[in-house]
Amino acid sequence: MVVAALAFYLFATITIVAALMVVVARNPVHSVLFLILAFFNSAALFVLVGAEFLAMILVIVYVGAVAVLFLFVVMMLDINFVELRQGFAQYLPIGAVIGFVLLFELLLVLGSWVIVPDAKLFAAAPTPAASQITNTHALGNILYTDFVYLFQGAGMILLVAMIGAIVLTLRTRDGVRKQKIADQVGRRREDAVELKKVQTGQGI
Amino acid sequence: MEVGLGHYLTVAAILFTIGVLGIFLNRKNVIVILMSIELMLLAVNINFVAFSTHLNDLMGQVFAMFVLTVAAAEAAIGLAILVVYFRNRGSIAVEDIDLMKG
Repeated sequence: MVVAALAFYLFATITIVAALMVVVARNPVHSVLFLILAFFNSAALFVLVGAEFLAMILVIVYVGAVAVLFLFVVMMLDINFVELRQGFAQYLPIGAVIGFVLLFELLLVLGSWVIVPDAKLFAAAPTPAASQITNTHALGNILYTDFVYLFQGAGMILLVAMIGAIVLTLRTRDGVRKQKIADQVGRRREDAVELKKVQTGQGI
Repeated sequence: MEVGLGHYLTVAAILFTIGVLGIFLNRKNVIVILMSIELMLLAVNINFVAFSTHLNDLMGQVFAMFVLTVAAAEAAIGLAILVVYFRNRGSIAVEDIDLMKG
């Protein structure tokens, strides 16, 4: 139990410090790397709490896809990041005040709330015992049966996002010689070759 | 030393606050604003998962997965818009994004 508590405090501390560094880091590349660290440590928190599948999804989707996407965009755009950081000190007081107010309110909620004693009776999808079935298996059991329409909807969202991103960033540039396979295949003999009857000794 | 639901909710609350703070501090840098939004969504996910295991209800984890899906889609679209905007205007400063005179 002590080991679990120590692990929780370690991962939680690193997550929060990394998140803070994302916000205050001077270089956006460092921000992305700290974001990756925060995601890794929150994945470890998920493992501690018993949601292994979500932890792995977090590592694969966030670290493997989203963070790398951020990294590519930060490195591709040629931006003067020093200029973008102007006004940081100017916004610090108001940001700090609003942040403290928000945190204070959230902690007030945390301090005063109680859960109904028989709340577990109203579970929409009760978790099977961990000794019987793995977390991934249990999630799959309800995701592909009870929530299949939501699952399909999530797939549609991803499809639309993919098509949208491609359409947004696709551009046709002038003056680029590209191979047009349809034109090559559709070419016929009449378009390409012309037969001339050449009279002997005269030429064309 | 017992780690309960309250500990996870506290971590999520702090993460969410840091996300909001990031939006205020980096008023000019859209990329860091997008990263702050990702941090806030992560805080929401931690809340979902903590309640899910505390109440013994898998529904929270299913919902966290959908939040993850939407977050990924949002990041992809947001960064695509950012790239297109940079290509057209040569800048990503929030203050320059005033073409619609809003």
